[in-house]
Amino acid sequence: MIDFFYQALWTLDATLRVATPLILCAMAGIFSERSGIVDISLEGKLLSGAFVAAAVTALTGSAWVGLFAAMGASVAMSLLHGFACITHRGDQVVSGLAINILASGLTVILGIALFKRGGQTPTLAADERFRPIELWLSETLNGIPVIGPIYKELISGHSLLVYVALACVPLAAFILYRTRFGLRLRAVGEVPIAVDSAGVSVAWLRYRALIIGGLFCGIAGAYLSISHGANFVREMSAGKGYIALAAVIFGNWRPWRAFGACLMFGFLDAITSRMQGVDLPLIGEIPGQLMLALPYILTILLLSGFIGRPSPPSAIGQPYRK
Amino acid sequence: MSDMTQKTSGDSAARYVLELQNISKSFGLVQANKDIDLQIKPGTIHGIIGENGAGKSTLMNILYGLHRADTGQMMIDGAETKVKSSADALSLGIGMVHQHFMLIPRFTVLENVMLGSEGGALLNAGRVATAAKLAELGKSFDMEVDPDALVSDLNVGTRQRVEILKALKSGAKILILDEPTGVLTPQEATQLFEILHRLRESGVTILLITHKLEEIMAITDNVSIMRRGEMVGHRKTNETNPQELAELMVGRKVLLNVEKPTAKPTDVALSVRNLGCMSSGGYKILDDLSFDVRAGEILGIAGVSGNGQTPLMEVLAGMRVPDEGSFDILGKTITPKSVITPRHMRENQIGHIPEDRHKHGLVLSLEAYENMVLGFHNSDITGEKRLMDKQHMLDHCAAKMEQYDIRPRNPKLLASNFSGGNQQKIVVAREMHQNPKLLIVGEPTRGVDVGAIEFIHKELIALRDQGCAIILVSVELDEIMGLSDRILVMNKGQEVATIDGAEASAQKLGLMMAGIADEAAA
Repeated sequence: MIDFFYQALWTLDATLRVATPLILCAMAGIFSERSGIVDISLEGKLLSGAFVAAAVTALTGSAWVGLFAAMGASVAMSLLHGFACITHRGDQVVSGLAINILASGLTVILGIALFKRGGQTPTLAADERFRPIELWLSETLNGIPVIGPIYKELISGHSLLVYVALACVPLAAFILYRTRFGLRLRAVGEVPIAVDSAGVSVAWLRYRALIIGGLFCGIAGAYLSISHGANFVREMSAGKGYIALAAVIFGNWRPWRAFGACLMFGFLDAITSRMQGVDLPLIGEIPGQLMLALPYILTILLLSGFIGRPSPPSAIGQPYRK
Repeated sequence: MSDMTQKTSGDSAARYVLELQNISKSFGLVQANKDIDLQIKPGTIHGIIGENGAGKSTLMNILYGLHRADTGQMMIDGAETKVKSSADALSLGIGMVHQHFMLIPRFTVLENVMLGSEGGALLNAGRVATAAKLAELGKSFDMEVDPDALVSDLNVGTRQRVEILKALKSGAKILILDEPTGVLTPQEATQLFEILHRLRESGVTILLITHKLEEIMAITDNVSIMRRGEMVGHRKTNETNPQELAELMVGRKVLLNVEKPTAKPTDVALSVRNLGCMSSGGYKILDDLSFDVRAGEILGIAGVSGNGQTPLMEVLAGMRVPDEGSFDILGKTITPKSVITPRHMRENQIGHIPEDRHKHGLVLSLEAYENMVLGFHNSDITGEKRLMDKQHMLDHCAAKMEQYDIRPRNPKLLASNFSGGNQQKIVVAREMHQNPKLLIVGEPTRGVDVGAIEFIHKELIALRDQGCAIILVSVELDEIMGLSDRILVMNKGQEVATIDGAEASAQKLGLMMAGIADEAAA
C-alpha cells in the first residue's frame, strides 16, 4: 500500500516535470492562436530557447542571464513569424514550419561553431542551473502521514521554472478574461475588422500576442536545457512544441483546459517510463510507442469530432486585409 | 446630447454638421468616388441613394476612416478635419453601423459594446459602467438589449441594435447606417425607422445609405443621389418623388443605337411558375414569380438592384435551389427537389453570363485560354484527346479573340490583365460558343467601355435572331429598353408588371421599379 502510494506520488511528480515545458508552450500557443495567428512554430521557439539558454549560461556562468537570453531569442523568432505573417500577410503555417526548420538547423550550426562538440553544449555545473527548491517546512512536515510526503515529494522540490509555469496558467487566464488587452486579443482572433473599426490596431495586438508567446517559449526552452537538463542536445525539444499545440486544441484554446491537457499528456509520458517492462494483468506489456503517440491520436480524434467539438478562434490563419 | 443641437443653431460656420468637398478615391484603375460634394445639416436624416457599385460604401468608409481619400476636404462643424483611422472618426463623434455587422458572435453584447473603449486596463470597472450606459441608452431610445446575451444567439434586428448602441455609447453625433435594412424583415425595418426618428429628435444626425427608394421616401429629410462614383443630385425628400430618384440613380446615358429587327418568337424555352426563394435570414427574396420566355426573344428584367434579380439568375443558372415553385427549361421540369448544378445547365445548352464576372465569370488568376474553356472542359473544345490539349485550347482562344476582337490578342495573358470590356468579351465568347438555346445574361455591360458595349449588344441581338431565348437582367434602363422585346419589372422579389419593349419609357419603368404599377399603367 505504502509502496503504491509512493509510486503514484513519484509518477505525479514526474508528470509535473514533463508537463512544465508543455504548459509554458501551451500558454504561448493560446496567446498567439487567440490573436488569430497559427503557432506551429512553438517547437522552433522552444528549441531556440533551449539552445540559447544553455549556450549563454555556459559562456557567462549565470543561469539567469541564460534564461533572459533564451526569452530574447524566442521573442526574436516570434517577431520573425510576425513579420512574415502579420506585416507581409504570409501563410502562417508555412512561416511557422520555416521557423522550426531554421531553429533545428541554426542551433546545431551555432553549437558546433561555438563549442565544437557536435552540436551539444558543455555540461553545466549544478550551481549554473535552476536547481530544485526545497520549500519551507518540507522536512518538518514530512513526518505527517499522507500530507507530509505529498508536500515534500510532489509540491516541494521543483525548480523555480516549474513554479513559474504553474503561475503562468492563472496569469494567462487573468490576462485573457479580465483585462482590456485580453478582450481585444480575443476579439482580434474572432473578427479582426471589428477591432479595426473600433479604432484599435490589429497588427500591433497580434505582435504583442506573439511577443508574449515568445517569452513563455523562452522560459520553456531554458527549463529543458538549464534546469531539467544540464546542457543542450540536438533536437532536444523532441516534438514538445507540437504536443503543446495539441494541448491548446484539446483545451479548446482556454488556459485551464489546456493546462489539464498538458498534465494529461505529461502523465502519459511519465507513466510510459514507469510501465516499461511491467506486465499488466490481462493486457500484458503496453508498448511505449503507443503511449507516446497517444497525444497525437487523441488530438486527431478530437479534431475529427469524435470527442466533443473544438471551436478554434474564427479568424485563425487568415491574414488581415482591410 | 442636448448641447449638440445648441451649438449648431445660429452659428453660420457650423450650418452643416458635416461637409465634404471634392472627395475623390481610386482603387487601381477604378475610380470609386469622383469629386464628391456633400453637405449634411445637423439633426436631419440624410439619405444617400445609388445602385450597387455607385460608390456609396466607399464614401462612407472614407468618412469613417477605413479608407483614405486621394483628394478633397472634410469639415465637421465647419472645421476642417482629417480622418485617418476609425479611432479618429470615433473621437470626432462619427459612428458607423456597417452593412456586415462588426460584431463578435462569441462575445456578449456587453463585451462587444465595450471593445475599443473599455475604460481602463482591467475590465471590471468598465463592465459596470458600460452596462449602466447600455441600460440608459436602451431606455431613452426604446431599444433595450440583454447585455449578457451572446451575440450569436441574437436575431439580425437585435444585432443591429447592438451596433447602433455601440456607436451611441462611444458618443456618436453623426451616425452612418450602411444599407441597414438589407438584412431585416419588414417589421424589423419599421422598428429601426422608429429608433432612427427618436435619435433624430435627440439631435443625432443620421446618414442613411441605401438603394431602396421607399426607405428614402419614408424616412429621410434630404437625399443625395450617387451614380458611377459621382454625386448626381441633391434633393429635399418632400420635393422629389421615387420616379425622379430612380431616373437619377440609373442615369440616362447616350442612347445606344442597336439595329434590332422585330423579334420572331417561337416555342416557349423557359417557363417559370410560382418561383420563390428565401434568404438565409428567412424572408422572401423571390416571391411567386411566373413568366415565360420564348425562343427568339429577349426578356428584359428591370428593377433597382437587390430586388430579387440576383437570386432569380442564380436559380435559372443552376447555382441555387429554389424554395418554392418550379420552372420548365427546354423541356425539363425543375422543382425545389431537383438536383441541379451549373454543369447540368451547361450540358443542356443553357449559357450564363453572370452579373459579377470577377466572382462567377472568370478565374482572374488563370490565363485567357483557360478561362475560355471554363465549364466546358468536358466538351471537345479542350481537344479530342482524353487529356486537355493545350495547343488546341490556345488555338481555340486565339480564334475567339479574333472573332470577338479581344485585346490584347494574347491567349496566355492572365485574365486579370485584361480591361473590363475585354474580360467581359472573354465570358461572352465562351458562353456563346456552344450556341445556347437559352442565355441568361446579367449586367452584360457593367464596367465595360462604349465600344465593347455596342459589340456585346449586337452579339446578343444576333443570337436572338438565331432562335436563342435570352433573359437580360440589367440596372441600366437604356440597355433594357434598347434590347428587350418584353420587359418584366421586379420589386421586392415580385413581378410588378410585364410590358412590351416598345411601350417602355424611363418614367414609366422608374415608377414601376418603385413598386407602383397602377400609376405607371395609367
